[in-house]
Amino acid sequence: MSSTVLLTIIMLSLLGLLSAVILYIVAQKFKVIEDPRIDLVTEVLPGANCGGCGFTGCRAFAETLVKSESFEGLNCPVGGAETMGKAALILDRQPVAVEPKVAVLRCNGTPANCTRTSFYDGAVNCRVAHNLYGGTTSCHYGCLGCGDCVTACQFNAMYMDPVTQLPVIIDDKCVACGACVKACPRNIIELRKRNRKDRKIYVSCVNKDKGGPARKACNVACIGCGKCVKICPYEAITMTDNLAFIDSFKCKLCRKCVAECPTGAILEINFPVKEEKPSEPAVAEINE
Amino acid sequence: MPVVVLPVPASVTIPVSQHIGAPAVPAVAKGDVVKTGQVIATAKGFVSANIHSSVSGKVSKIEPVIDTTGYKQMAVVIDVEGDEWIEGIDRSTDLVRKVTLSREQIVERCLQCGIVGLGGATFPTNIKMTVPAGKTCDMLIINGVECEPYLTSDHRLMIEKGEEVLTGASIIMKALGVTKAVIGIEANKPDAIINLAELSKNFDGITVQPLKVRYPQGGEKQLIKACTGREVPSGGLPLDVNIVVQNVGTAFAVYEAVQKNKPLIERVVTVTGKKVKEPGNFMVRIGTPVTKLIEAAGGMPDDTGKIVNGGPMMGKALALTDVPVTKGTSGIILFPEEESRREEIMPCIRCGKCSSACAMGLEPWLLSVAAEKTMYEKAEAEKITDCMECGACAYTCPARRPLLDYIRLGKATVMRKIRERNTK
Amino acid sequence: MNNILNVSPSPHQAGSETTRKLMYGVVFALVPAMAASVYYFGLGAIIVTLTSVISCVAVEYLVQKFILKTKTSVSDGSAIVTGLLLAFNVPSNLPLYIIIIGAIISVGVAKMTFGGLGNNPFNPALVGRVFLLISFPVKMTSWPVPSGFKTGYLDAVTGATPLGIMGEGLKNGESVSALMDKIPSHLQMFYGYMGGSMGEVAAAALILGGLYMIWKKIITWHIPVTILLTVALFTGILWFADPDKFADPIFHILTGGLMLGAFFMATDYVTSPMTPKGMVIYGVGIGVITVLIRTWGAYPEGVSFAILIMNAFVPLLNLYIKPRRFGKEVKHG
Repeated sequence: MSSTVLLTIIMLSLLGLLSAVILYIVAQKFKVIEDPRIDLVTEVLPGANCGGCGFTGCRAFAETLVKSESFEGLNCPVGGAETMGKAALILDRQPVAVEPKVAVLRCNGTPANCTRTSFYDGAVNCRVAHNLYGGTTSCHYGCLGCGDCVTACQFNAMYMDPVTQLPVIIDDKCVACGACVKACPRNIIELRKRNRKDRKIYVSCVNKDKGGPARKACNVACIGCGKCVKICPYEAITMTDNLAFIDSFKCKLCRKCVAECPTGAILEINFPVKEEKPSEPAVAEINE
Repeated sequence: MPVVVLPVPASVTIPVSQHIGAPAVPAVAKGDVVKTGQVIATAKGFVSANIHSSVSGKVSKIEPVIDTTGYKQMAVVIDVEGDEWIEGIDRSTDLVRKVTLSREQIVERCLQCGIVGLGGATFPTNIKMTVPAGKTCDMLIINGVECEPYLTSDHRLMIEKGEEVLTGASIIMKALGVTKAVIGIEANKPDAIINLAELSKNFDGITVQPLKVRYPQGGEKQLIKACTGREVPSGGLPLDVNIVVQNVGTAFAVYEAVQKNKPLIERVVTVTGKKVKEPGNFMVRIGTPVTKLIEAAGGMPDDTGKIVNGGPMMGKALALTDVPVTKGTSGIILFPEEESRREEIMPCIRCGKCSSACAMGLEPWLLSVAAEKTMYEKAEAEKITDCMECGACAYTCPARRPLLDYIRLGKATVMRKIRERNTK
Repeated sequence: MNNILNVSPSPHQAGSETTRKLMYGVVFALVPAMAASVYYFGLGAIIVTLTSVISCVAVEYLVQKFILKTKTSVSDGSAIVTGLLLAFNVPSNLPLYIIIIGAIISVGVAKMTFGGLGNNPFNPALVGRVFLLISFPVKMTSWPVPSGFKTGYLDAVTGATPLGIMGEGLKNGESVSALMDKIPSHLQMFYGYMGGSMGEVAAAALILGGLYMIWKKIITWHIPVTILLTVALFTGILWFADPDKFADPIFHILTGGLMLGAFFMATDYVTSPMTPKGMVIYGVGIGVITVLIRTWGAYPEGVSFAILIMNAFVPLLNLYIKPRRFGKEVKHG
């Protein structure tokens, strides 16, 4: 070997050694002492960083889990019971049972039900439209159809139906992270209890006007008549500001309120079709 | 187009909030008989204004109705019977030149008569005419710019009621305690400039300043800079540079209030549009439905696609025509269908024309994206709160991007956050 | 009567400029240069220009329709402009397959991979040109000499450009005055009677197009004037110091792609700064780097590289150079 090659090899080796030593010293000196369990818990979390747990990412949630005494009030909606169980095993805590939820759009203001009184031509953004005026219909509480919720969903669980002009939530993909709830400027979307077979019963209206104006604006509005409140055997329905609300955790899915509602504002989803009686009130939409 | 006085309609709807500040409190009840000029709602709090009935008749209901802002507001609906005025109002049109009221009395009279800024902002004039402790004022500027295209109500006022406007200006000067006033008029209104320049020779301290035609010179900060070279500091008011600005319409209303004891119950509204059969300027009572105005202008053209309350740059599109004229209504423009729809949105080509168009030195391309992506700290740091919402950026954008839509949203959100931060 | 009204936020009117109009304005401004190149280089100029434009438009259309599966936007004219500028940066006897590769790189890689119009950090036509220069150095540097409208295409007579002759000569130690005899006179260069790429030859035609664009407010004067002045100043200083070793400033302004670069390439909206102050700094930077490369660099021509290097600084310029805000800071509670 010529002396140049030898010299080169020696120089490069020395440089490499020097760099390694520097790196080692720096790594040791500036090392962040962390609880090793944080890494372990972060591994079992889904890694979506969606914020559904209420923290700024999976790692932040892992840190909180490690620091907390119990899992009360802490839940990863994406991973669900399985993930929380794994985390409980690592941290030697008791998992807390949390009811799974699903996002539900509480508005049925399709063009067929709710006549359009103006055409909106601004930026396609619900917050912009809401900031501008009441909306393209006479109902100033209903869905604006610009899709802020669809954009906010990180799990591809929503899409805008061009015919109904309402967002559709795909139950199988929805992880109840709450992003769509925060995105909606009118608080139309709610996280409700997920029942077996994705069955739902809810008041598909958020209109707080008195019965007359509400019904004039939309055929299937809640007019605040109170018949559902009276008929419910489980006291799951309350009335505030001319609007009925069904508590999904008290509701037993008996469907008595659906039959009582005179406007068809209460919807039953994913139930078998009832036997048709001649004087049946309007049967609600059943989603696929 | 000379001003035409419209007849009193069959029913008026008068909102109790036609000004910046707290809505006025109704002072009448259903079934009450009211006369023209009578107070029907009183100012609540410091920043508020009185509301007067613009007709005589019976109050039929007091309930929320949709007004020109697109939202529901509490309003007093009056079924008209005759046109009986309350006593004390001088209804003659003779010029009353001599100002006999004192400084304090002038301010009090404007408060009683419910005078607000008629340039569009509707800020209570009595507050603007009072120089607060710690500040001084050395000049009054009268805004005769009317920079929005299509609108001509101020223009007509300056031609037909020049002396009244100038008397009004001198009244405001007395209230402020200043001896100098400048009337800024854009060069596209040469007849108004000549008329007022001639008439102002009889008024001490008032001069007319012709200005180049440039949007948005009608904004008070831009007008102050154009007339005097002074720049109002960011977040500040004209009084920070010792100036008060008032619109010509306001000057006229002040004249009527102080010299004729007449409250603000009617104003000039321009009704125009490419296909409008008989466009014109109409003196109309506050509360008249917009449908009546459109009727007077020859009826709604068949292919009307959009109706705008105000000018094409800053006005608000109406969803229905059954809304009342308020103190802030300066014009109604009817656009035909082919001019009503926005063009297709293209990607931003980063040409920077929006930034050169911005009169406040902001960067609309940056603010719009920050607002869209909810980056509110960045928007605040880039001074989104300075935006006047004049629309020059969106007008200039070759890609037709909805810049102002997002900036307006971002500005409202940032201001709400600032208020929340300050009240903590 | 129309049933429902249209409601949208203000403003309710828009100005007359649109992206498409601006792009076609640029195309129109290039017509004098196109005419000059056809006059000097004949059929080859027409073939190269047409191929380049068609390929660029085709690449954009195909990528949008089949790879991205979005709406196609070729009608906004930006691909046509890229095609024209790419053609103007290459010799008029360049084989077709090389042009098509250039189009794929320009539009496909430098523009579409970044997200299409408005998102590319580097000037697409220049990226294409530099790629071709590095990949096909021989074919990209054999410049046809002006021969009037001949119908020859691939078999055109070639020679070096004046800048090439000067650069090579100075490296070999020849003096400037000796070299000036070998190249066309200043006036000839102004009118375009010299070898070079199609767009760089006719300074007169390019200035005409540039003035048209400034008049129509498609571009502002800041970038072109700053670039030309900086180059003139810098080369002027060098020439003044030693007229034998450095060519005069007029020579530098008229040769190479400087005119084309100053008026058409550097002023591309997407890759240039958005504030006038930023534009001036950008222009100065391009001028300085151009002169550095021309005088002491390995390549005779430096404008393409200078513009690409300054493109990398544009986000920084946009971030730190803000327009003058109205009103001084006021403390408010």
